[in-house]
Amino acid sequence: MLDLIEAYLGVPAPLLFGQLLLGLINGAFYAMLSLGLAVIFGLLNIINFTHGAQFMMGAFAAWMLLAMGTNNDAGLGIGYLLMFPLFWLVDAMTLKYQVSRQMRALAFGVVLLLFLPGLMVSLPGIGPLASVIATTLDLPTRIAAVLAWVFPNGLGYWAALPLCALLVGVNGVVLERVFISRLYKLDHLYGLLLTLGLGLIIEGIYRNKFGSSGLPYRIPAELQGAWDLGFMFMPIYRGWVVVAALIFCLATWLIIEKTRLGAYLRAATERAELVQAFGINVPRMITLTYGAGVALAAVAGVLAAPIYSVNPQMGSNLIIVVFAVVVIGGMGSILGSIVTGFGLGIVEGLTKVYYPEASATVIFVIMAIVLLARPAGLFGRA
Amino acid sequence: MASETTLTAIPTGVVGKQAPGIWGFNGSQLIALLVLVAALALAPFFLYPVFVMKLLCFALFACAFNLLIGYVGLMSFGHAAYFGMGGYIAGHAAKVMGLTPEISIIAGGLVGAGLGVIGGWLAIRRQGIYFAMITMALAQMVYFFCVQAPFTGGEDGIQAIPRGKLFGVISLESDMAMYWVVAVVFLFGFMAIHRIIHSPFGQVMKAIRENEPRATSLGYRTDDYKLVAFILSCGLAGVAGATKTLVFGIATLTDVHFSMSGEVVLMTLVGGLGTIFGPVVGAAVVVGMQNYLAELGAWVTVIQGGIFVACVLAFRRGIIGELGNWFKVKL
Repeated sequence: MLDLIEAYLGVPAPLLFGQLLLGLINGAFYAMLSLGLAVIFGLLNIINFTHGAQFMMGAFAAWMLLAMGTNNDAGLGIGYLLMFPLFWLVDAMTLKYQVSRQMRALAFGVVLLLFLPGLMVSLPGIGPLASVIATTLDLPTRIAAVLAWVFPNGLGYWAALPLCALLVGVNGVVLERVFISRLYKLDHLYGLLLTLGLGLIIEGIYRNKFGSSGLPYRIPAELQGAWDLGFMFMPIYRGWVVVAALIFCLATWLIIEKTRLGAYLRAATERAELVQAFGINVPRMITLTYGAGVALAAVAGVLAAPIYSVNPQMGSNLIIVVFAVVVIGGMGSILGSIVTGFGLGIVEGLTKVYYPEASATVIFVIMAIVLLARPAGLFGRA
Repeated sequence: MASETTLTAIPTGVVGKQAPGIWGFNGSQLIALLVLVAALALAPFFLYPVFVMKLLCFALFACAFNLLIGYVGLMSFGHAAYFGMGGYIAGHAAKVMGLTPEISIIAGGLVGAGLGVIGGWLAIRRQGIYFAMITMALAQMVYFFCVQAPFTGGEDGIQAIPRGKLFGVISLESDMAMYWVVAVVFLFGFMAIHRIIHSPFGQVMKAIRENEPRATSLGYRTDDYKLVAFILSCGLAGVAGATKTLVFGIATLTDVHFSMSGEVVLMTLVGGLGTIFGPVVGAAVVVGMQNYLAELGAWVTVIQGGIFVACVLAFRRGIIGELGNWFKVKL
């Protein structure tokens, strides 16, 4: 049977199936990222250029959670990520109780003061005494110490999946509240430029702190090893990534298409003013949608951490391909972006088997063809 | 959803009132032009000529980019492809084929324009952010092509490219000789862009920027105009890349990489979208910053990102745009 397949396909079956699996895994990340982009674009009308950086943050957060018992930088990273929920809390509370502008600014100033000392330590020319005082007063440093004491072995993969989604998602919420929400009345391209700038900042900070060589993240014990499928060995973790990505994508689709919340979301995508007139808090929905899209990217990052090495460039390399995927699929349909993501991953894998030279460019070539034949994208509306 | 402010809104009250000037320059622009030419003439005596040449190449690149975003309203996120490919072609022409520098630069410009025909033809099928994403994806394709193609030298790039002899006579090996060539190329490109903007063709470009459906309803084939503007912009970007290659004697993947596309957007944004002198100032700021902050290493990325954010949130007119608004002149 296998011989027949090999004779028919002209390549060894293990090579073919191995590349197909790799393609499926790439496709899983394309699907999750383009899905997040599509959900954000639907409601916010911006293309989230920070998406790649947020994918990278998800992977880094998983690494930091695992290493925070032993690595001081990892604990500090979690400490800084935990500052964002504080910001959101202050923002939400001051809005709810309608305090004056001055009080609001004061509250934000207090939160800033909690982690400013730690930032000042990195300034050049700070004396040893000032350095000690600053480190003592710094909240993220304290959090890192507590975390290292409570979790000497860190938090593993299964805890990282929800926690990273939460941490990075809340970070996204704060970005939306502080920066992106100011741009809704301007040309969409300003949103693109702003998120590009935010992505550069995030990537630069991670590169400064953790270098660009990449950090290892081991596969969780439950998912180590491989299955013998008869025609190939399948590493269990890789199979898990494909299944998990499918689950997350379908869950997102179900929420958007089948629940009341999703109905509000779809309605607001069509006519935000009208939905607001019915008494639904559209601005908050926009904020949370952005957070959810970012959380999806972070989950993809956690899934990717054991496969690729965790490094600051892992997102920016992926995101341009994801943009091409989005152009091919069109952002009109949720299911469309899932299908396009997986489909293009498989096509890329097959290209690696039959014509390896073109494997890096095949998606862009497909994009050009789709633009000629169906400018609105495969699933888009003109 | 209709956007309430266009990307390159010219503040009302700024236009008009000035007496018609020479060659389409108004009074304040003429003064600015004189300052620019004087600076060009004096700069090599006060600054390191190679630095000024680098700056001029990027200034021309940014001006070419601004022709698209500032006057047609098309945001290309892949201009590095045309810039870098112009550089590779010029390097190949000068080193392998042994052509003279002026032919190499023209070849770089022509190939940039030729790539622009393909890229523009595909990209103008979509608008707004889709246009940006398509140009970006096409540029990434060019990048991967350059990684693999034999003539680009892959990771090493093309190195030790001779500057050669201008018209086969004047050696450009000295920095000062090269400087005057670069200055002339830059001024030629700058004046060409100014001429394009102030031609009847340029008026249609601006009409498309302001209201494309209306331009269509007036009988203009807007797609044709957009395509020609795209090709012109890409050709000039190719010229800029070719000149930069000859100055440094090296063509590498850095110039076709996506971050270069981002940098030219940053230069134009900092200087002022849709202003004639803005991209020049923006290029000076960004190149100068990279030069003087080089010891900060990776923090330069963070600073660049911060400038993007600051420009978008607080400073949308850019340096020249704000100056023009302050003095109530159009620069």
